[in-house]
Amino acid sequence: MILASQVWTQLFWTTLLSGGLVAGTPLMFTALGETISERAGVLNIGLEGMMLLGAYFGFLGTYYGHSVWLGYLCGMAAGIGASLVMVVLCVWLGLDQIVVGIAITLAGEGVTSVLYQTHFSTSQPLLGAVPRDPIPLLDQIPILGKAVNGEFPLFSQPLIVYLGLAFAVLLTWIYRSTNVGLNLRAAGEKPEALDAAGVSVMATRSYAAMATGALAGIGGALLVILTGTFQPFLTQGQGFIAIVIAMLARGNPLGVVAGSFLFGISLSLNDELQLIGVNLSPEVLHMLPFVLIIVALVLFARRAYLPPALALPYVRGAR
Amino acid sequence: MTTTRTIVGPEAPLAADLHLPTKYGRAEHVLDILIRSIVPILLALVAGGLLLLALGHNPLIFYRDIWRGGVESGSWQDSAIRMAPFLLIAAGLTVIFRANIWNLGYNGQFLLAAALVSGYAPALVGDLPLWFATVLLFLLAGATAALWTLVPAVLKARYGTNEIITTLMMSFIAIDLASILIKGPFHDPTTPLPQTEVIPLEKMLPSIPGTRIHVGVLVAFAAVLVVHFVLTRTSWGLRIQILGANPRAARHVGIKLPRLIIVAFLTSGFLIGLAAAADILGLWGYIRTGWNPAYGDTIIPFVFLARLNMLAVVPFIAFFSILSTGGDLAAQQAGLPTDFLLVLVGLILLFMTVIEYLGRRRELGESYLSPGLRQALRAPILRRREA
Repeated sequence: MILASQVWTQLFWTTLLSGGLVAGTPLMFTALGETISERAGVLNIGLEGMMLLGAYFGFLGTYYGHSVWLGYLCGMAAGIGASLVMVVLCVWLGLDQIVVGIAITLAGEGVTSVLYQTHFSTSQPLLGAVPRDPIPLLDQIPILGKAVNGEFPLFSQPLIVYLGLAFAVLLTWIYRSTNVGLNLRAAGEKPEALDAAGVSVMATRSYAAMATGALAGIGGALLVILTGTFQPFLTQGQGFIAIVIAMLARGNPLGVVAGSFLFGISLSLNDELQLIGVNLSPEVLHMLPFVLIIVALVLFARRAYLPPALALPYVRGAR
Repeated sequence: MTTTRTIVGPEAPLAADLHLPTKYGRAEHVLDILIRSIVPILLALVAGGLLLLALGHNPLIFYRDIWRGGVESGSWQDSAIRMAPFLLIAAGLTVIFRANIWNLGYNGQFLLAAALVSGYAPALVGDLPLWFATVLLFLLAGATAALWTLVPAVLKARYGTNEIITTLMMSFIAIDLASILIKGPFHDPTTPLPQTEVIPLEKMLPSIPGTRIHVGVLVAFAAVLVVHFVLTRTSWGLRIQILGANPRAARHVGIKLPRLIIVAFLTSGFLIGLAAAADILGLWGYIRTGWNPAYGDTIIPFVFLARLNMLAVVPFIAFFSILSTGGDLAAQQAGLPTDFLLVLVGLILLFMTVIEYLGRRRELGESYLSPGLRQALRAPILRRREA
């Protein structure tokens, strides 16, 4: 009896940690992307649509190309394609970023749903399981490393998960100690200053928006590849959650990692609790992180910080 | 300065307060507005048609089916019924968008109000006089949705917390909460399905004599008129407009911003709640978990197309009601999912912003290219000349 409960708890912790990581990774990529464009002053409300497009094309790439990497690549390309709309309309022409963002979300939802249902609604193909890449040595640690009952622990995740974490660290460094990071921040804080320094605000913001699209596309593709199939509206608001995470982390990549991991745990906690025989309604778990954030906002209302020039088009010479 | 700054979205006003220079006559003004409103829809229909062609469908047949399913042989009445929630949501969004505040939590506000109405309606309409119960349910729905905007409203008014995040998060919470309510206290014990007790047909909103259209549609039209009057003919409406145009100027002329922001939010939520009551009591009669029509998502473009003018929104909503009623049939006929309509709405939004941009440029007598872009295009040429 004692032995059984020990196995259950170990299995519980293993799946809790890895489930949180796996469910949080798509969110992490997308939210990291949002920090880039948010820093540069482009509020990307269209993330949900970009994720869905990335998910659908990532699905196509993986299904027809028989390679998850081709899937990520296709998802990235789709995300960049959608972000080009944003670049042209919002960055170059200075149109309302929120309206265009909503349009991208709606069109992305509609297009992916229509395409999937016209091409795959009868066959509903599944993608194969994701190849796992255990980290040598670390995969020997119990709970964190050793597989239990076929559940994959923290250190035996797909390579892309580690790449995402590495990218977050890289992004921290870029923001903190490179010219690129400085330019990005200037484009969002005081675009006039960046312009006066001889750096193009348009170019900085364009590249930032495209990077966001690429990362949201990868996030979407990941979502499809990890769940094994595409479904219309499968993001279920994760694009919006990513915006929230990016804003609450104040654009800090490591904060984004922590936030996504927490959301990932709350998204996957239901399965784990069922494993140990606790039945909590999935809705309660799903809304828990939002409730926590609202409570946190009420208590520390000034914490969410946004760049002053966010969502404002830059017009040279305007007051 | 940055610490006390309230974030009120883009300071450039939306499509709302576009005062054309006097060189245009009134007729030209009206024509201009008509062109700017209708061209995006036409362009979206054309682009949508091309997409249909690419998917191997005949767009003409598709659009003809929309007309058949949305207007002909009495189906215009179904379209009219759909207008009730659409118009009320449009009213709620117009109020808040005029203040240049983004209430994007409409889905959650709507759904939570709908859950409460369908949960309490079966008991209330049984115990109380019908008219009293109905009024009570409408007020309950309005109050619920209004209350749900309170946290974002207070955070926005007191600390300038970005309302896009807070309303969205409150919306997610409300959607889950509605689902919990439907599965728990409001669950109809006679069925295993996660749904509420169905309101008896004779206890739902009565129809307008001679039609199938329920009186909720009249309530919606009345609300539109009241909102239009309040926004354009009262000092409160003017204050909202000043807040939307320039919050700093609003504070300067002595408007109590926090109170105005909170009241604007509550009004917006109240109207969205009424939409839920009209939809549940007039059309559905019960609610099931997972049902989230997300009306607001598709209403937003039309609120902007109408330039945040409450009366101008009515023809657009009528158009969209026909599009969505007929679209269901047309999509079925063509074997397409109804989500195709989302593509059309997204395209309308995109074309609208572009046309709006071109129109504003034309009226300012400026080049259609933005200065920055012109600079960017010209720079390589200039550089070559210098070299």
